[in-house]
Amino acid sequence: MTSVTQHIVELNDVRFAWNKHAKPVLDIREFKMQRGEHVFLQGPSGSGKTTLLSLIAAVLSPQSGEITVDGQPLAELRRGQRDQFRVDHIGLVFQQFNLLPFLSVADNVRLSCRFSPTRKARASKEGRSLDQEIDRLLDAMQLSASEYRHRPTSQLSVGQQQRVAVARALIGQPALIIADEPTSSLDSDARQAFLDLLFSEIEAAGSTLLFVSHDALLASSFNRRVDLRDINSAAYSASTAGELR
Amino acid sequence: MISIAWKSLCNRWPTALLAVLAIAMSVALILTVEKIRRDARTSFTQTISGTDLVVGARSGAVQLLLYSVFRIGNATNNISWESVDDIKKRQAIDWVIPISLGDSHGGFRVLGTNHDYFDHYRYGNKTALSFAEGKRFEDVFDAVIGSEVAAQLKYRIGDEMVVAHGTGRVGLVKHDKQPFKVSGILNATGTPVDRAVHVSLEGIEAMHVDWRNGANVKGEGTAADEIRNMELKPTAVTALLVGLKSKATVFREQRAINTYRAEPLLAILPGVALQELWGLVSVAELALMIVSVVVVIAGLVNLMSVLLAGLNERRREMAVLRSVGARPIHVFLLLCIESTLLTMGGIIIGLMLHYALTGVGAVYLQQRFGLTVQLTLPHTAEIRILLFVAFAGILAGMIPALQAYRKSLADGLSQKL
Ligand SMILES: Nc1ncnc2c1ncn2[C@@H]1O[C@H](COP(=O)(O)OP(=O)(O)O)[C@@H](O)[C@H]1O
Ligand SMILES: [Mg+2]
Repeated sequence: MTSVTQHIVELNDVRFAWNKHAKPVLDIREFKMQRGEHVFLQGPSGSGKTTLLSLIAAVLSPQSGEITVDGQPLAELRRGQRDQFRVDHIGLVFQQFNLLPFLSVADNVRLSCRFSPTRKARASKEGRSLDQEIDRLLDAMQLSASEYRHRPTSQLSVGQQQRVAVARALIGQPALIIADEPTSSLDSDARQAFLDLLFSEIEAAGSTLLFVSHDALLASSFNRRVDLRDINSAAYSASTAGELR
Repeated sequence: MISIAWKSLCNRWPTALLAVLAIAMSVALILTVEKIRRDARTSFTQTISGTDLVVGARSGAVQLLLYSVFRIGNATNNISWESVDDIKKRQAIDWVIPISLGDSHGGFRVLGTNHDYFDHYRYGNKTALSFAEGKRFEDVFDAVIGSEVAAQLKYRIGDEMVVAHGTGRVGLVKHDKQPFKVSGILNATGTPVDRAVHVSLEGIEAMHVDWRNGANVKGEGTAADEIRNMELKPTAVTALLVGLKSKATVFREQRAINTYRAEPLLAILPGVALQELWGLVSVAELALMIVSVVVVIAGLVNLMSVLLAGLNERRREMAVLRSVGARPIHVFLLLCIESTLLTMGGIIIGLMLHYALTGVGAVYLQQRFGLTVQLTLPHTAEIRILLFVAFAGILAGMIPALQAYRKSLADGLSQKL
């Protein structure tokens, strides 16, 4: 971390196109997130939300512009460093299929620590073992550790799987949690319960949250609500927009 | 990494098992083909040693070698006893073993010869024949049997046996009034000797007294004692094994016999004839080997297709791994480890299958053809084959791995369904 700034995420003049000849999907002049902020990012399907998250998570690189995450300009990182940076600083939750079906619940949570000694060290500090921390997180996610620890993930409901994914994103306290429509495969009851759990743990860990959804109803619990169409000046073709209305 | 690859494979065990089995079977096939090929060669090479020339009626060199030494096929013609005497008289010649074939007992060949056979016949690394029990034939109706004959027909010393004319399992004419008696049992040699019933040349003549007279074909047959009192001089033999005093004279003697005027004869050097035989067999060997190689390639192609087909279903798995910090190289390694595990599994099961096959096949080959196939540790040729398969399998896994590597770079975080 070269310089500690107020902002955990900072985008300046970022342009991204999936290939050279295509029109850019994203053209963002400025987007910033404060530390500890909980941001709700909304936008219709196909508007580039996942693409933006991929850029922030250093999976993709923009054609131009600058992205800084947790004080680190991503452009300065070499390829291998980007993967390391991602796991050290960011916890990711997808819409679904977050888990490796052939690993147990506990092993899925442990996965973040497998590639990140930093997070492993943070997870097992204060005299507790990594296993204890995994159990604590599972309990916090209302997945009684003693019952679920060794279960194959294929035996869990979708809602339970999403909570395991949150436990994995949270373990070792990464600075930023990114969740890409984590609730869209849940029914409305499970959705609110999931959000409550997510918030209480993120609050406890003091992490920043970037939460993506096209479901505006959820936005009320967040500090800030951002519509991608407001910050993205890339041409959003009428035909695509019409199709989605 | 290895444990993730292993667990991922276990999760998809039916396809993984099929891929392993395909490789295992191809490995077992190629190893078994190679093994039988080599063991058949050693088995043939081991059958005769110390014999300088094989002499028979004029025919092909390979044919003569096959019927006289390996007891495969039949002679077209005999050598008259006068010619045998002439050859014996030659200066350069040390010993001559006469061989008279054409009869069978219980599916085994009957071989008429004399004591020179036990004195001079050598096999393997110049090993002489030795007796497990009993002694050489002395009486006209004595027989010395090979170890296989004794084991399969459960004969002991002193047992009586009825010899049939002809070489089929069911003889045309049974000589049941002239029963032969087992006088000796030879130790196992791993050569066609184990599958022969040895009697004296007089014994062969005795069997044919009635047959030649045309009398008593269906009836009683002439009594044994009556035959003993006859003059049973052999008139012809099938082949001669010849030992020379000095190896240097071998080509001169060969030429002399080949140009013998009284009868058209053929003398061959066993080693040269064997080479000629290999020349003939190598075409078939090559064909078998090509088939085996193709089967191995099919197994590897199958491995590759299993991995490639799995890739699409597993894109999510790769996305999850990358989200927790796995690098593209990890994704690449994961698939390489998988293909390596599958190939190694295939090789190990293939080896076990190969040993099971040779274990069972050896019994059959020994009984049917007198070929000795031994269970041995893999030879260099086999190790080379295994290394080749392992290398090719790992290489075959690289292609899907590269594919996964590229996709994991291009997909970003979006999860394609
Ligand atoms: N892997 C990809 N290759 C090429 N184009 C893509 C890829 N992923 C997404 N896109 C395109 O980028 C645009 C934005 O997609 P995405 O970021 O997934 O939208 P959202 O997450 O808002 O639904 C879409 O038009 C989509 O077709
Ligand atoms: Mg999306």
